Amino acid sequence: MQLTVLLIILALLTVIGYQMGRSRAVASVGGRIVELHSVPSYHGFYVALWAGLPALLLFAFWGASEGWLVMQMVLAGLPDRLVQGDAQAIGLLRADILNLAHGVTTGREPDPEVVAAAERYVRLHALGDWSLLVIGCCIAIGGLLYARGRIDPDLRARNRVERTANIALVICSLVAILTTIGIVLSLLFEAMRFFAVVNPLEFLFGTHWSPQMAMRADQVGSSGSFGAIPLFAGTLLITGIAMAVAVPVGLMSAIFMSEYASPGLRTWLKPILEILAGIPTVVYGFFAALTMAPFVRNVGGSLGLDVSSESALAAGIVMGVMIIPFVSSLSDDVINAVPQSLRDGSYGLGATKSETIRLVVLPAALPGIVAAVMLAVSRAIGETMIVTMAAGLTANLTANPLDAVTTVTTQIATLLVGDQEFDSPKTLSAFGLGLVLFAVTLTLNMVALRVVQKYREKYD
Amino acid sequence: MSIAVTKSRYQSEEFSARLRRRYAAERRFRIAGMLAVGIASLMLVVLLGSIASKGYSAFWQAQIRLEVTLDKQQVEERNYTAILRQALYAQVPAATDRATRRSLNDLLSSGAPYELEAMVNANPSIVGTTQTVWVRADDEIDQFMKGFIRRDVPESERRLNDVKIAAIDALVAKGSIQSSFNTTLFSAGDSREPEQAGIWGAIVGSALTLVVTMLLSVPIGVAAAVYLEEFAPKNRWTDLIEVNINNLAAVPSIIFGLLGLAVFLGFFGMPRSAPLVGGLVMALMTLPVIIIASRVALKAVPPSIREAALGVGASPLQTVTHHVLPLALPGILTGTIIGMARALGETAPLLMIGMVAFIVDIPGGLTDSATALPVQIYMWADSPERAFTERTSAAILILLAFLILMNGLAVFLRKKFERRW
Repeated sequence: MQLTVLLIILALLTVIGYQMGRSRAVASVGGRIVELHSVPSYHGFYVALWAGLPALLLFAFWGASEGWLVMQMVLAGLPDRLVQGDAQAIGLLRADILNLAHGVTTGREPDPEVVAAAERYVRLHALGDWSLLVIGCCIAIGGLLYARGRIDPDLRARNRVERTANIALVICSLVAILTTIGIVLSLLFEAMRFFAVVNPLEFLFGTHWSPQMAMRADQVGSSGSFGAIPLFAGTLLITGIAMAVAVPVGLMSAIFMSEYASPGLRTWLKPILEILAGIPTVVYGFFAALTMAPFVRNVGGSLGLDVSSESALAAGIVMGVMIIPFVSSLSDDVINAVPQSLRDGSYGLGATKSETIRLVVLPAALPGIVAAVMLAVSRAIGETMIVTMAAGLTANLTANPLDAVTTVTTQIATLLVGDQEFDSPKTLSAFGLGLVLFAVTLTLNMVALRVVQKYREKYD
Repeated sequence: MSIAVTKSRYQSEEFSARLRRRYAAERRFRIAGMLAVGIASLMLVVLLGSIASKGYSAFWQAQIRLEVTLDKQQVEERNYTAILRQALYAQVPAATDRATRRSLNDLLSSGAPYELEAMVNANPSIVGTTQTVWVRADDEIDQFMKGFIRRDVPESERRLNDVKIAAIDALVAKGSIQSSFNTTLFSAGDSREPEQAGIWGAIVGSALTLVVTMLLSVPIGVAAAVYLEEFAPKNRWTDLIEVNINNLAAVPSIIFGLLGLAVFLGFFGMPRSAPLVGGLVMALMTLPVIIIASRVALKAVPPSIREAALGVGASPLQTVTHHVLPLALPGILTGTIIGMARALGETAPLLMIGMVAFIVDIPGGLTDSATALPVQIYMWADSPERAFTERTSAAILILLAFLILMNGLAVFLRKKFERRW
């Protein structure tokens, strides 16, 4: 609440600052704007920046650190009896306090000390919000007054504002890098914690996957096993089926649309493929689970085959359909990039259209098509919803497309959905899988982009 | 004597046979192309057709007319269930024994008493009178009325027993059961009971998430595109950023979910299931899309515009903000809408940050627990009831309608403002 108020006040102050700076600059030269170093609006922006930016930075810093800070203060105030123990116990305590503070009731009767701590947490939190409001307003008004006092005909307001704007632009373009670093670090960090418990070699080359950890040490099968080979095999199987659908259909569609279809037909066909590309994956997942899987099962049953109701075939086919537009639009681009002179030369020698395409255009476009297929493979490997909804959960090591298999993304999704403790090997294994997934898709993309770049230089 | 007629080698038998073969191959290739396009179109038709045919019926819901006597004492005891049951027994006079009546109790939605209570609370003056009300029927009655539960199946395999079907027949004969537009679907949050479940909570959750996504990704994305396209020096550093953005665009969405889980929830301790976190994750995910689209739009603005602005004394930043950006705006807008449409349909990252939860209340703020439309679809798809399959399909139709609307807007903007220089 206070934060919203602060943001509204800040917005008002920047508008006021802009008007103030502008009018003061004009007044300082008695209306003869030519005598100003910068146009009046830059003076306005200068004051507005001073009013808004420092308070906004404080706000951002506060938002990032407040929860942690308040929690540290609360934990420091607790009796030693509760704070003793390892990181896990403290994490549990912290979650308890947060739950109580947010009014979430847990099953067990909370410790009175913990209740008191939760109350303290709420109080400190409110205090923090109020002080943020007051301090933020003070800083904003102070900045505004300071900048206003500096308005002068010789003030290089434009240079200052533009330098700030430039820095802001650079920071914005760094967000992409920060995101990548964030992904790599978070995956690595959590995966390291996982590999501290499970041997990485066992993870990568083990053939048995059952991540259920026992609640008590004396339970049967108390240690889960984390051999990810069945998941990799399942992913490859479904990806293979998807590619067997998507590559021929996508490639032939691209060839037909770029070489055979009349412009009128093309204006009809292109949107169809675009719609196919725009359908959310959860819709494909629903289609795979409720329409395609029973269909495949019935067809298989009528042929006397034993088809699992969560067969890899159904998920793979639907995933292939999802990827058709991806393959076709990328192939379309590379086929169109083949110079017309190559085709004309081939026709001049008497080749038919299909011979030209097969023997001249496709070989010339091959690197691009290979890159397109690699990108499609990376897309299929990383696709989550279709397999989560239509593929199975049991890790079978099989090459039979009629059996149920599970995939890396399915496991990540099922391991992390629902309330789990954050540091059991079961949960952490999802980050190990995520790391593998990220590394594989990144490699595929990098290689594909490299192939495309190399290919592009050929006809320029 | 006759002159031997020598055929040219272009008219020889082998030649024409070869030519026929080549033409046949040509035809086959062409047909293969048509087949491929045909398969793609067919899949689209089958996909949309199967969902539409499963989902259209969810927009209607069976309701039962009851003459309820709002007895003062029962209202004070808040015993609305009893009031409704008495009214129902009155509608089916044939039912007199206990077993039959118990069966009849299942005819009404378990939410019906609350409906009646809300009605009484809204207008307390009706207490003590007899009112005609239409209350929602149970989802199985609804399915029966729609013909999805068949009468000719033996009773033991049917979801409705003969007693209920007889009661429904009696109600139909009196005109006391009707199918009306399913407003609940559009106004309620999630529920375990299909007839009380709606997607409004999910739509609000999606809207809140998208607002956060847009507020973050559009300014940052456009600023990054402006920097890379207009100001950045061509060096290793900017090359790195560029490669990075291209790679980020191809990272699987579930990885962004893992990032959100580890960083926003784990490190910063933000609340689970909150649209705020969902929006943050989606913003990071759509950022590359917006940057790439904005760069294309900026690139399409001819250099002469920039040179003219610089020539009359504008600073580089003024050139960009006064001239280049306004001209590139339609392209940027189109890219933004397409990026938002993709974010609206995305599910996997939201599963990771706990937006997959059973939430009945309509979220009221950015930190409330919420779910999103595609996640709601995912959750309903898992429910075994036939009525939920129908509602899942209906929710998909609504999601697709939103997506078509957004993409249509993008196409419209592109057509209207597209400029060729």
